[in-house]
Amino acid sequence: MLGRTANDLYWLARYVERAENMARLTEVGYRIVLLPRDGDGTHEEWRSTLASAGCAQGYFSKFESLNTRDVINYLLFDFSNPSSVKSCLAAARRNGRAQRTSLTRDMWESLNSAWIEFSNIDPASISAGELPRVLDWVRSRSALYRGALLNTILRNDTFFFSQLGTFLERADNTARILDVKYYVLLPQIEMVGGGVDAVQWAAILRSVSAHRSYRWVYKENYKPWRIAEYLILNQAMPRSLRSSYDEISVALNDLANLYGARAACHDTVAATRALLANGNIDDIFQSGLHEFIEDFIIRNNRLGNEVAEAYHFNG
Amino acid sequence: MDWQSGRKLQQQEQTSLKVGASLRKAFDEMNGAGDGVRAPYTAVSEWLGTQKLDDLKRKLLEAETMFRRTGITFAVYGKEEAAERLIPFDIIPRIIAAAEWRRLTAGIEQRVRALNAFMYDIYHRQEIIKAGKIPEELVISNSAFVPEMMGVEPPLGIYSHIIGIDIVRTSENDFFVLEDNTRTPSGVSYMLENRETMMHMFPDLFARNRVAPVDDYPENLLKTLASVAPRNMDGEPTIALLTPGQYNSAYFEHSFLADQMGVELVEGHDLIVKDGYLQMKTTQGPRRIDVLYRRIDDDFLDPLVFRPDSILGVPGLFDLYRAGRVSIVNAPGGGIADDKAIYSYIPEIIKFYTGRAPILQNVPTYNCRKPDELKYVLDHLPELVVKEVHGSGGYGMLVGPTASKAEIEAFRQKLTSNASNYIAQPTLALSTCPTLVEAGVAPRHLDLRPFVLFGDEVRLSAGGLTRVALQAGSLVVNSSQGGGTKDTWVLQD
Repeated sequence: MLGRTANDLYWLARYVERAENMARLTEVGYRIVLLPRDGDGTHEEWRSTLASAGCAQGYFSKFESLNTRDVINYLLFDFSNPSSVKSCLAAARRNGRAQRTSLTRDMWESLNSAWIEFSNIDPASISAGELPRVLDWVRSRSALYRGALLNTILRNDTFFFSQLGTFLERADNTARILDVKYYVLLPQIEMVGGGVDAVQWAAILRSVSAHRSYRWVYKENYKPWRIAEYLILNQAMPRSLRSSYDEISVALNDLANLYGARAACHDTVAATRALLANGNIDDIFQSGLHEFIEDFIIRNNRLGNEVAEAYHFNG
Repeated sequence: MDWQSGRKLQQQEQTSLKVGASLRKAFDEMNGAGDGVRAPYTAVSEWLGTQKLDDLKRKLLEAETMFRRTGITFAVYGKEEAAERLIPFDIIPRIIAAAEWRRLTAGIEQRVRALNAFMYDIYHRQEIIKAGKIPEELVISNSAFVPEMMGVEPPLGIYSHIIGIDIVRTSENDFFVLEDNTRTPSGVSYMLENRETMMHMFPDLFARNRVAPVDDYPENLLKTLASVAPRNMDGEPTIALLTPGQYNSAYFEHSFLADQMGVELVEGHDLIVKDGYLQMKTTQGPRRIDVLYRRIDDDFLDPLVFRPDSILGVPGLFDLYRAGRVSIVNAPGGGIADDKAIYSYIPEIIKFYTGRAPILQNVPTYNCRKPDELKYVLDHLPELVVKEVHGSGGYGMLVGPTASKAEIEAFRQKLTSNASNYIAQPTLALSTCPTLVEAGVAPRHLDLRPFVLFGDEVRLSAGGLTRVALQAGSLVVNSSQGGGTKDTWVLQD
């Protein structure tokens, strides 16, 4: 496989995953903004949504204040935002088209039709009532692509690089949400308690589609340290850092077996995975939740660079 | 649909055409010269008679949706950047009888062998020039002649392994070769995808007709490519398809063919010359390539030898090729055989190398470089088609019978100032075929491009690309000029 192909497949998977995450973050932000609250600050929630999406800097270079319509447009439809759903779907399709030969027909058609349909949406025509439908649609298209991938692709390097892209992006997204919201999970906030915190906790879980499964796993009300544990260490939760790293680890080992060679990225993934597999949430809080998350984001980025290096993404 | 209304439409359109009398009598693939439905079309004609126009139009929309979803698009140069368009598709097939195809096959095979023998000769001893059959300066000072190819020995002595021969028909028995595309002909993906689409939408039509399959093309192409691998290698050759990238007009076809053959689709920056071989940059480091099916023009192949500003090719590629360390398909320099100034000598070329008369005729051609022929052309512009010697894609041509006075005068100026840049041909009454248009079913002019492969043997899939001019009376079938395509059926006995 060409290094360029591996690079395109990896980023294609990242963009599809990112489009889905953008839709989910937008949905959660929108729910909170809709809630009746005292005083001002209803728009303030968008600040942390933009931060979680990694779009705060870009947004404020374009707009002076937080405005629901502007934020939604920026997150969904703005081509000047490289992480907007529109940019992600366009980039995913561009990469897919460049690697059309590596994709199955089902994969390509789901990508291509997602782009064609999305680019036909007129942002101005999306009323508040229609927003959830558009966001559901984005998530369903991402699911359709993943489904086509899982059902039709050969289990060779095409699949392994796609898996790497998906789960590196997913780990990054979950870590970024935690990075922005960690303070609502700290113990002193829990002491203050109250409705706002419960809303924030639910929002964190919703932003990784885990508000229902949490109760199945923990059989109790939201507890901030449980939420942190669930998103960081739980092996069964499909968007946790731990399960993302399980998948990354499998994909990298499969690549090592296929090519008969290991590289620095294999050591990095093993070390980070061990940290998550042997980790304990009390220890993490003890030594600092925020520090842990920041360290994880650095490790995750390093892993991405090492993968690109090991497999000649740039020739 | 009401077939009679289709007939009426046909008559209205034909009488309203302000074209020469010869065009009015165009031979129709389905209805011949108006003397009843021709045998190969019996089943399709009956079927068409039972269809409702709205249903056919709905089917056409369905086909277009399929094409767009699959991504079978092409870019139009000069239009909005990266604009992707569909080539219009027509659902009424163009049908060729088994006996007609056998004759075409013989003619095509003869032509392909003769053209390659000509190229070998031109780049070696130039016997045909010495024999006085072709003027030397027409070859040597031709911009399609590549002096760097002199003395190069391509595997099996073949230059153009993939040739798209444009054929038109004017009557029951008259077929003419309009052009031999010996460089990097495109369109074969439409031959394959049009068939897929038709079989998907009209399975019953295929049950009623014995249509020869075309899906052997990718396999044949792969065999052809493998057969011209460098002689000194052992093991299976590694083959790659070189594309200019996804903004090229034919990118869909490049990726389609690479996919169908299971070979890497590479761009110039994926390749390097290293350790004396052409290598591609893979996830496991450089890997050797033995046969490069390139879909970029000669000029861009190697900046060290051809255009120095090319970023589409690979520095050092040409030296490797000369040394026999990599095969390039088609070989550089093949343009000399499809040059429009050479075209009029093709019957002579066929006789010279095969010792036989051409099976397929050439269109009579006036070389404007010759003063007496130029005079004839200038005196008869309204009847002629005038083409640039190096033009392609239907750009820069004059179709006399449909051109305005101003257009004709503009061409007169061009001809007078730069005569040797042009050839002219009589306007042929290209055959028509019933085609679905807005108002119903009406005859439209068409041509045929079969794709022939030449390696260890000549391989020809039973079919080709039928291009159809969708404007009433238009003779320009090029997709860049709004032409469409049809599925092409070769019937089996």
